[in-house]
Formats: sequence, structure tokens, C-alpha cells
Amino acid sequence: MNQDSGLRGYPLLLHVLVNPNAVSGLGVTQWNDLIRLARVADLLANLYATFEQLDLLKTIPAKPLLHLESAHTLTNKHEHTIGWEVIQINEALGKLECPVVLLKGAGYLLQGLNASKGRVFHDVDAMVPKARIDEAEFELKDNGWLGVKQDPYDQRYYREWMHELPPMSHYSRGVTLDLHHTIMPPTAALKPDAAKLFESVIPVDNHPGLFTLNPVDMVLHSATHLFYDDEIGRGMRDLVDLHHLMTEFSTQPDFWSDLLKRSLELDLDYPLACALKYCQRLLKTDIPENIYREAKQQLRFPGWVMEQLFLQGLKPEHEICDNWKSRSARFALYVRSHYLRMPLYLLIPHLIRKAFHEDVIEPIENPKPLG
Amino acid sequence: MNISAVTENQLSKRLSGPGLIIQAGPFVTRLHSSILHLVKGIHGLYADYPIIDEDLFVDFHVQVNPPVGLRRRFRPQARFRFDNYKPFTPLPIDQAMPIFEWGLNWCIANYAHQYLIIHSAVVERNGVSIIFPAPPGSGKSTLCAGLVSKGWRLLSDEMALVDRNDQQLVPVPRPVSLKNQSIDIIRNYAPDQYVGSSTEGTTKGTIAHMAVPGSSILRQHEKVKPGLIVFPKYIAGAEPALQSMPKPLAGIRLIENCFNYHVLGEEGFNMIAGLVDTSKCFEFSYSQLDDALQIFNELSEQ
Repeated sequence: MNQDSGLRGYPLLLHVLVNPNAVSGLGVTQWNDLIRLARVADLLANLYATFEQLDLLKTIPAKPLLHLESAHTLTNKHEHTIGWEVIQINEALGKLECPVVLLKGAGYLLQGLNASKGRVFHDVDAMVPKARIDEAEFELKDNGWLGVKQDPYDQRYYREWMHELPPMSHYSRGVTLDLHHTIMPPTAALKPDAAKLFESVIPVDNHPGLFTLNPVDMVLHSATHLFYDDEIGRGMRDLVDLHHLMTEFSTQPDFWSDLLKRSLELDLDYPLACALKYCQRLLKTDIPENIYREAKQQLRFPGWVMEQLFLQGLKPEHEICDNWKSRSARFALYVRSHYLRMPLYLLIPHLIRKAFHEDVIEPIENPKPLG
Repeated sequence: MNISAVTENQLSKRLSGPGLIIQAGPFVTRLHSSILHLVKGIHGLYADYPIIDEDLFVDFHVQVNPPVGLRRRFRPQARFRFDNYKPFTPLPIDQAMPIFEWGLNWCIANYAHQYLIIHSAVVERNGVSIIFPAPPGSGKSTLCAGLVSKGWRLLSDEMALVDRNDQQLVPVPRPVSLKNQSIDIIRNYAPDQYVGSSTEGTTKGTIAHMAVPGSSILRQHEKVKPGLIVFPKYIAGAEPALQSMPKPLAGIRLIENCFNYHVLGEEGFNMIAGLVDTSKCFEFSYSQLDDALQIFNELSEQ
């Protein structure tokens, strides 16, 4: 591929994610597109890890390489920060003698999964049984964690309607902790049984008390998060997570058939169908044909309208690939994610309020203003 | 061809169309803006930077434009944007020039971890470099502008970039930010240097920038090895005093002024240790730029 005939923008990003070897022939305008899109999609360090694994770093021109290296330096730091934070959380919750289940990125990291390589962390997600969550909050506050959102509306929003406490962070370290008691809000239409998740958690080596979801549940949670949550703007990063998780777990016997079975058992077949469909379509994830056929028969797949919304919504949010379709798709998916979480009589007042309160989500290294 | 060779009108067309490419040290920025305050600011302060037309890799694609909304009609504002990131709240439109400079500082401090980045001014003469690490109010920019106006080379007014591969200081020469009284002090002290128009009412008070001398721009890819680390302090009416400083203390105070020390971890610590080991470390109090000039000129001639 060369500069004159090559791909640009979003198709280029997908092409490089699927065929990392293609980077060795990119022209300068392509590098501009790739670095910009990968940065807003939180995928710069992820690409670095892939290129490093395939020994491709030496084929990359010096200038764009600096951006990949800079992002790699930062995610290295994230890994240390999250690793340490998790130990602190486990110590603070030790008294409870209940499983502390690490979700998403922290879970991938502590299990040493490929999906954690070069991953940008925005916070730590952990889960304890609902019956123990008040005690857990008390212990955390006793050990220096403070609520990040003190606004009474936010407090009520989380406590009454969500599956997690209002975010907290340790006063001196500042990493945000979302403490969950299940993976979907109790007001949502899908109701995966949290008890079933806790029954099959797996321990983290060398960290007594810490657990993660088992492989199939990890995939299902990741899919649910991506296709039901309101952060579709970072969707491509989550899809790459799913790709890495499924690819790595696919070497385990019965992984695929267990995955289908479990998705029906937990009422999470729709998000799994989406994960299978878009991982295969966009990232060419190697899903066995018979499994895909079975999935087609057993799971509910997205219809034409949802398909258009997801395909648009998964594009990184960037002027290079934004148009009215992607903007309206993101808006529609945002409204949908809330609609799926809460009934309309709760949702409408909530969205009106959100419209006037802009929330900013920052990566864990808070930028300092300079002057 | 330099930016000074085009008219304000031509520059404005470039900024609101394909964007203006500015190369400062290792960083290439493509700036888009439709704001006249910024066109004028860039035209004056970046006059001696070359106009770059070739297609090259751009580190930071940035915009300074009015945010979308009704407000632009009755109280226009300007907002800095780096790709899709909007790190700062919009500010009144006449602050567009400082907004651009602050925004670019933010980009470098957050996305250039190939360097250890220390909040400080860096200048050089006869191959002798001085890092002036600076807590706000220490008068680092005034001192830096004063030395640069009398023949010192400007590496940076805002950040020392220490290369992680060879521990050398990397120049990133951009306009020197002067605040409040410093503006008139420099206008009087160095009447032949171009100082742009003042912007009043920013969060840091009144701000004006002094342009980078052309000679520093010509040498903007020339690294220099660390020489002196000087913690300056302006004290009204004081006699100049240069005092040697214990290296561990200098190291700790350097760390306090780092932007990404925590990101580099152990390597950051080793780099700081290396820096103070190979440099002479001083505290310096002064009230007159001429005294400072004389002292540092002598040091650079030893």
C-alpha cells in the first residue's frame, strides 16, 4: 500500500488493526490519519503493543513512532498505577471476607490477558455482592476513598437506579473506583443474575481475595458494556478488547459453545450477537463457522436499523470520519442506552438534566493546565 | 519564505482554509483558526518562522475557534481544540493568542513522553546552557526574555525537554510569555525586540508575548548538553546573589517542577539524578536584569 493509492481515515484504521503488517508501507498523509484516529479511539498504545509483538516497530518512520512510544510510556504507567490501586482496594476490603471481583481492564490486567496490553485505563471497576456493598463503601471511606460526585442528584441517581455506587477515588492517589454489585442496572430490561456471575468467578493468582469473571462472563460483560452503555464514542477500543479476549480464549476447549450457552442463561444473547457480528465483520476475528451458524439460530441479532446505528457509532469520534450519520447514530445510541437502563418516566427528566450538565471523562493522568 | 513575507490577509486565508503549519523544535503543529486576534498575533510573533507547504507528518492538529452556539453572536469566545479534545473551557475571543500558546503547552506536556519535561525556561550561550526551573512568580520569563534579548539563544520559555536517549536538552523555541509588569520591563529593556499586543483580563492577568529572535529559530534543531541549573528569585531592590545549591535539594526541586516525572517512573528519577550530577546547581536572587546578564555572561565564558 502506498500513499497515492492507499486507504485513508477510518477504513485505514480498520485495515491496520486487521493487518498490522500494512504499516510498513504507509505514506505521510496516512500516518497523519492513523495517529489521529488511533489517539481519539484510545488505541495508540494498543497499536504499539501489536507492532512490538510482530517486530514491526523498526519499519515505522521516526515521527509517528514517537507518538506510539509516548502512548506506550503512558499506558505502562497506567499498568503500574492500576496494579497498585487494586492491591490497596483489596487491603481496604480485606475485613469483609467476601470476593472482590475485578471487572474490565483491571481484570484483564491481573489475569495477564493480551487485552490489557497497551490498554488505556480510565478507572478501576470492581464488584462485590449486593448484600455487602454498604459495608464495602464504609470500609473504603474509612481507608481514604472519597465520593467524586457530591451533587445530591448524582448520588440519588447512582444509589436508586444504578448497579454501582457513585464513583469514588482515594484522596491522595486520585484513581476513580466504580464499585458495582452487578453488571446491569436493576431498572434495565436485561436482568443477568448477579449470583450466577459470583458462582463462577476465578481467583487471581498471588492475590488472595481478588477474583475476576470467568472467560465467558468476561466476554459477555465486555459486550454488554459496549452495546448497552452510553460510551459508544470509545466503542472501537471496546471492540478491540472483545477481539483480543475471544481470540485468546478460543484456544480453550468448548469456549465458543460455552459462550453461546452462557449468553442465553444470563439473558445476554443480544450483546453477544452484536459482539460476534461486529468483531467478525470489522476486525476479522476468527470465529468458527459452525459457531457463527449456531449463534444465528439461537441468539437475537440486530436488525437493519440497529446495524446502521452500530456501524456508524463504532467509528471513532473524529472530524476525519464524522458526518451527520455518525453524529445522529451516536446520539440515538446514547438515548437508547439510557432507555434500556431505565423506564421513560425516569429517563426523560434525567436526560433533560444531563443536557445542561456537561460531564468530562478524563484518563487517569489528569492534565495540568500550563501557562 | 517566512511568515513575515505574507500579508495578514493571506495568513488569515491560510489559517481558515488548509491551516498553517508551524514547526517549533521537534514539533510540527497545524493550526486552524478563523479568529482575527489570532491571525494578528501569529503574524507578529511567528513572523520569522518558515512557511511550510510540503506534506509532512503533523504532531498536533489544533484549532482555536469560537465554540458553536448562540453565544458567539453577543459575547464571542475562543476555544482550543486538539483533534477532538477540548481541554479548556472557552475564554473571551481576544485571548485567542494566549489560548493557542497554553493549548500547545498542554499538548506537549501530555503527549510527548519521549522527553522528561520540566517546567522551566532554557537558554544557551557559548555552548553553556541554563535551566531556570520555575514556580510561578519567580520571574523566570522576565529573566529569560532579558538574556535572550542580549544574545542568549532561546531553547524554551516554558519547558525543558530532556531527551530520554541522550539526556540532552531539546529546543522548542516559541514566543516568551510575559505577564503584568514584566511586559513594560522588557519593552524598556529590549526596545529592539518585538513584543506583541497585550491581552488584558486573563486568569494570569495581562499577557503579552515576546517574539523569538530569528537566530534562535535558525538553530531550533540544535540540542545542547545540560550545563547550569539555576533557581531564580526576583526580590525588589536586592543585590544579585548566586549561591551554590546542594544537588539533592536541586533534584527535589526539579522534580516538583516536572510535568511527567510520575509517568516516567524509575527512569524519570534516574534522569533527574543524572541532570543534577552533570550540572552546576545554583539559587539566584536579583532585582536588575543587567546584573543577571553580567553574571551569566561571565559564567558562560569560563
